[in-house]
Amino acid sequence: MADARSVAYVRTQAAPVLPPPALSDGALGWLRANLFSGPFSAIFTVLAVAFIAWVAPGLIRYLFIDAVWTANDGASCRSPEVGACWAYIGQKLPFFMYGSYPREWVWRVNMTLVVGAALIVWLLAPKAPAKQIGAFLFFVVYPLLGFILLSGWEKIGLPKIDTDVWGGVFVSLLVSAVGIVVSLPGGVLLAMGRRSTLPVVRIASVIFIEFVRGVPLITVLFMANFMLPLFLPENWTPDRLLRPLVGVSLFASAYMAEVVRGGLQAMPKGQFEGAMALGLGYGRLMRLVVLPQALTKVIPGIVNTFIGLFKDTTLVAVVGIYDFLRAVDTARLDPVWAGPNISTTGYIFAALFYFIFCFGMSRYSQYMERSLAKDRLR
Amino acid sequence: MNETIPQAVDGDMAVELSGVNKWYGKFHVLRDINLSVRPGEKIVICGPSGSGKSTMIRCINRLEEHQSGRIVVDGVELTGDLKRIDEVRRDVGMVFQSFNLFPHLTILENCVLAPVWVRKTPRKQAEEQAMKFLTRVRIPEQANKYPGQLSGGQQQRVAIARALCMNPKIMLFDEPTSALDPEMVKEVLDTMVSLAAEGMTMLCVTHEMGFARQVADRVVFMDAGEIVEANAPGEFFANPQHERTRAFLGQILH
Repeated sequence: MADARSVAYVRTQAAPVLPPPALSDGALGWLRANLFSGPFSAIFTVLAVAFIAWVAPGLIRYLFIDAVWTANDGASCRSPEVGACWAYIGQKLPFFMYGSYPREWVWRVNMTLVVGAALIVWLLAPKAPAKQIGAFLFFVVYPLLGFILLSGWEKIGLPKIDTDVWGGVFVSLLVSAVGIVVSLPGGVLLAMGRRSTLPVVRIASVIFIEFVRGVPLITVLFMANFMLPLFLPENWTPDRLLRPLVGVSLFASAYMAEVVRGGLQAMPKGQFEGAMALGLGYGRLMRLVVLPQALTKVIPGIVNTFIGLFKDTTLVAVVGIYDFLRAVDTARLDPVWAGPNISTTGYIFAALFYFIFCFGMSRYSQYMERSLAKDRLR
Repeated sequence: MNETIPQAVDGDMAVELSGVNKWYGKFHVLRDINLSVRPGEKIVICGPSGSGKSTMIRCINRLEEHQSGRIVVDGVELTGDLKRIDEVRRDVGMVFQSFNLFPHLTILENCVLAPVWVRKTPRKQAEEQAMKFLTRVRIPEQANKYPGQLSGGQQQRVAIARALCMNPKIMLFDEPTSALDPEMVKEVLDTMVSLAAEGMTMLCVTHEMGFARQVADRVVFMDAGEIVEANAPGEFFANPQHERTRAFLGQILH
């Protein structure tokens, strides 16, 4: 010790703890780091601020200040000075939500949506208890309940309501939910099939995936619409809503299969070997060891596919299904409301609806990724 | 296939390889391997890289398939029969160079996974047993952490505990210390030494010659896919018979 102290370069006192220089901390530091970190960054910041300053006032005026909030018909929305016609959205909201579903039975749709939302929250909330029960209710009980509620069952006093009159947001959500719920397990099975060592399974999976992925969704929907009945016994005509549901599910499964396969490819061989060496058979090895890791790795891709699927459901309109966008598109032709702002308002509303759902999915997936990464620190 | 291994001892041996051959494509990785391991025996396998050591012990739990010859593990011959393979794997623990812990499960979950799903042990009992083995490898306090939070040496000790939770009759070690920092090698080797002292049948691919001297009943030297020499460690190190063995030992012992 005495020797060390006498050497010139050995510190004898702890270095003082100093506050950071003003420019690297606080609001000023944040500005510098995030907005003006270099010449390009500074130029883009200025341009972006200029753009916002240019666009925002008009947008705010159109959407809020000049907007018509209450009206009984389109008269007050037709003046060229006014902005968005929110009164029209308010009036048409039931049509946007339920299509032509009989108004006195709309509670059946609402109940289906509320129960579904509650179950989804139960399943997705990170610390919710008894998820197995929740999963059973959502994947087994809920589809039956939803089917009975929506399409009716005379025996318990719910008259049958034909899918011809279903429409609006609830059909969009229905098609997306079915597509999402079918495509994940379907994609997992197809991905595992494509990696199978059994040639028949592998070739069948490859043909299915490549064929379905190789044609546009519209083609798949037309095929489901016109060809599905040909494959079925003559006396059984599939419901006209069921056909696009099948089409969308097949299409999404093929895409999902490739996303999941990406995750499986990324798994180190050691994980398979470690599980095999413990005596786990193929099924348990996949279910307990490989899939939980592989699916976590590809959460961004899975959610990407879900978001794509959610927006693609608008295409079911081509086979005559009244989804939300089609409802918006039809409502604007109503002569009571017709006017220069009606279409714009309707499409802004539709855009907001899709954005809120897609952005919600994206945020949830980011949150999931973060919380999974925090748990495992790798 | 080979007369020096009498058929009668089949049932008595823990592991028996007779006339085993294996090819990767045209490359002949294992050439006429004959090796019998008695229950309780500790075998250390060494040799230059690419000599087929790992491939040989991976054949014993059929992570690799052999193409000719016989491999009998604890009385069960390994064939294409998947049921038998799983039967063998249940009773043969394996520790890998890269640990192969499951990163999405905690240490405790790693240890109870196979007992619960493969042996159908009740979870509570499996957890008690797992804690017992984690205590034995001296990391019970890490039970609720994830593998990524542990050092390499700790992870490898967990891997040993995980294998032991299946109550294996035979343990295979495939270069268990090669991926570790020098200061962590000892903690893993100590665990292996104490396991050996308890009478476990062990086959261990390693370059740790100190370990070989201390615990091995026999040291097997492999080169170019064949067993060149097998001898008790004292004799093996003091008096290597074969030119290739002498060259190899000359390179790793100083």
